Amino acid sequence: MHSKEKILDTIYGAVDDINQQVDENMRLEKSPETVLFGRSGKLDSLGLVNLIVAVEQQIQEDFGISVAIADERAFSQKNSPFKTVESLADYVAVLIAEHADGK
Amino acid sequence: MENSPVTMITGSSRGIGRYLAEYYAGKGHRVIGCSRAGEPFQAENYRHFHLDIADEGKVIAMFAEIRRQFGRLDVLINNAGIASMNHLLLSPIDTIRKIYETNVIATFLFCREAAKIMQKNRSGRIVNFATVATALRLEGEAAYASSKASVVSLTQVLARELAQYGITVNAVGPTPIKTDLIRAVPEEKMKSLINRQAIRRYGEFRDVSNVIDFFIKPESDFVTGEVIYLGGL
Repeated sequence: MHSKEKILDTIYGAVDDINQQVDENMRLEKSPETVLFGRSGKLDSLGLVNLIVAVEQQIQEDFGISVAIADERAFSQKNSPFKTVESLADYVAVLIAEHADGK
Repeated sequence: MENSPVTMITGSSRGIGRYLAEYYAGKGHRVIGCSRAGEPFQAENYRHFHLDIADEGKVIAMFAEIRRQFGRLDVLINNAGIASMNHLLLSPIDTIRKIYETNVIATFLFCREAAKIMQKNRSGRIVNFATVATALRLEGEAAYASSKASVVSLTQVLARELAQYGITVNAVGPTPIKTDLIRAVPEEKMKSLINRQAIRRYGEFRDVSNVIDFFIKPESDFVTGEVIYLGGL
């Protein structure tokens, strides 16, 4: 199991990427509590798409594996994994662990 | 070479794909080709991958390698395609599935993975392959023509979805060209098809590369969602 810190770093790498592409007032803070999507989130649906792609690419770089974050399961969960940076990190941890188990 | 365009061409071991690989390598592009089998052509600025283009895992791994090696992708040419001539009443479902896997699923998959790389640079050109068989409602080509109708629809929708990233998505619709794809089609059938074109001749490879040249040139950044059929339909 990879540490949560390492996964958070991976997500922050993607956040850096996204922040370069948006105006200053739309930039995301690199913190587990940062709300991504939803009523108080800074991302609109396309912003979320861009972040997901960036996180998938960063996972590929940092962990050398390909995972699909935006699968049907992610969208059907009661608590959305895209609500905050932390919930996204938790979901990524599950995907990485499943990949290691060959699921 | 560092700044020359990186161009991916599917189905590049033979036919139009091979011609395009040689043509764009000759123009100084760094060309990446792929095919399931076949002997790829050799050049310093050409790299070949052997894979099934509808195999999601292998395709994702290939694009990861492209991202690592080149860090960018400027052009995707979704050339690979298969056809099978048959009356509906005699069409095996396996054949239809294979046609859709190669012509639709693989095109979808390559567009998706290519766009992930292109969007980072806020520019890219995707060229898909349509066919006159769709516009001519060609009898005996239900699976092929309908699969390519999907490609047209995909092209038009993706043009809108990817415009915000500076990526254009267009399609070229060739007339019959003398390649393996039409080898099994009777000459008579070909002649009657060609007679429905305004310009009655077989297509040439250069007719296809001419349209692609237009789609991918920098000045065409305001051209997207278009399908150009050759021969005058």
